[in-house]
Amino acid sequence: MIKTQHLTKRYEALTAVDDLSFEVNPGEVLGFLGPNGAGKTTTMRMLAGFITPSSGTASICGHDVIEDPLGAKAALGYLPEGAPVYGEMTVGGFLDFIADLRGLSGPLRRERLAHVIERLQLKGVLAQTIDTLSKGFRRRVGLAQAIVHDPPVLILDEPTDGLDPNQKHEVRALINDMARDKIIVISTHILEEVEAVCTRAIIIARGRIVADAAPAALVARSRYHNAVSMKLGQATQLAAARAALAAVPGVESVEVSEREARLTALPRAGAPILAAITELAGARGFDLQDLHQESGRLDEVFRSITA
Amino acid sequence: MRNVGIIMRRELASYFATPLAYVFILIFLVLASLFTFYVGGFYERGQADMESFFGFQPWLYLFLVPALSMRLWAEERKSGSIELLMTQPVRLWDAVLGKFLAAWLFTTIALALTFPLWVTVNYLGKPDNGAILAAYLGSALLAGGFLAVGSCMSALTRNQVIAFILAVVACFAFLLAGFPMVLDLFRGWAPLPLVDAVASLSFLAHFESIAKGVIDVRDLLYFAMLIGFFLLATTIALELRKAD
Repeated sequence: MIKTQHLTKRYEALTAVDDLSFEVNPGEVLGFLGPNGAGKTTTMRMLAGFITPSSGTASICGHDVIEDPLGAKAALGYLPEGAPVYGEMTVGGFLDFIADLRGLSGPLRRERLAHVIERLQLKGVLAQTIDTLSKGFRRRVGLAQAIVHDPPVLILDEPTDGLDPNQKHEVRALINDMARDKIIVISTHILEEVEAVCTRAIIIARGRIVADAAPAALVARSRYHNAVSMKLGQATQLAAARAALAAVPGVESVEVSEREARLTALPRAGAPILAAITELAGARGFDLQDLHQESGRLDEVFRSITA
Repeated sequence: MRNVGIIMRRELASYFATPLAYVFILIFLVLASLFTFYVGGFYERGQADMESFFGFQPWLYLFLVPALSMRLWAEERKSGSIELLMTQPVRLWDAVLGKFLAAWLFTTIALALTFPLWVTVNYLGKPDNGAILAAYLGSALLAGGFLAVGSCMSALTRNQVIAFILAVVACFAFLLAGFPMVLDLFRGWAPLPLVDAVASLSFLAHFESIAKGVIDVRDLLYFAMLIGFFLLATTIALELRKAD
């Protein structure tokens, strides 16, 4: 379990992290969201024991990061932002070094090293120096380093930043794989990622928690939650359709995109309006190309909370 | 202590993974020979000893050792790998000691590679090999002192050039602490005991007595305390500034 109590980091002129208290339990994948400079990295660095909090504290699996830093670090796998590594080392040499520091030995060591090399597909580059690797491979080496000792807690700072879509998919699959029995905290500003892997999201802005909920619940806060979007075959019907939609009970407002010939009806307080609109579209004989209900837009929620 | 060894091995291997090790050793050996034969007049002196070799060691170290020590911490901070290292279950002191020992072992290897000179002296005459061994020990201790100072300077900045310059200046001050150049700064106002204390900090005075073959416990203690002090200062500097 990760537990923070009034975690605070002040620099001379600015409070980077301001009185953060939260708990994360096994099985949870916590997404740490926020605009750049919101305090995500500072918080993660305090959890990982790289920065000392100005006040408050945090504990990893019962090990206080200030009182028992080595215990906390032993329970933790950490991928720093940008995945720094020793560039002049070979991949194999680097993983050996980390396994040494993690105190792995004997058959367990061989098994763990084989596992991470297999899982992150590093077999082909073991003898290469890390400096010669592509960004995707370097990130994988960073991830291998974080999980080689099979820690109960994983903290990953922007694990998919700068990766191509295939690599992002692989990293997310890896996180989902490990999610069952671990505590995982990832920071990201890619919102789709939160919906793809996280069971819970904390949004922070200016060092404070501004939202803490399941991604679905956050999405439900969107103005677009349960909104109905339709695309018409003929742009000429737009004006009439708009008037008709606005008259449906429960519809708060209607947005029109003329270029796409698309209408979006926003419900009042998330009320279900799909049935009424479907019926209306049939009765009026609209030339429908597409009709669907939106679950909400996380980016819109994110902006409205953090702006 | 186990981690000290692990970190030391990694550091040492990384010296040899880059051209750094080879360039350093080559330049050290070439310069040491030039000084010994051309400036020190190895043959002209007509004596079977290595004084013309050891006499120039401090001045050679003054520039070469900071070139080695500048990367110790500045590079880790610049590349961000310090964050990786400091979030492993490792004490900061273990890392400071491990990296220092790697650099020290490396300079010792370079020093040991001057053995052909020792062979030459023994071929030409009958030198006092005990004194030569003592001088080698003194030279290694001197390199350790320079490295500890350089390690501390490297921890203060993420810029290797600044780390180099700071280390050269600090080592120069320590080297000349017994000379008027430094002592005159204190003589005007400081009480005599302080002037004496500054004078007793001189690298050169302690090195020269060992280089003459006289191993005094006080000289050994001096280098041990100096290295200990600056490694502690390195640790404190890192504790305060590692994340900046």
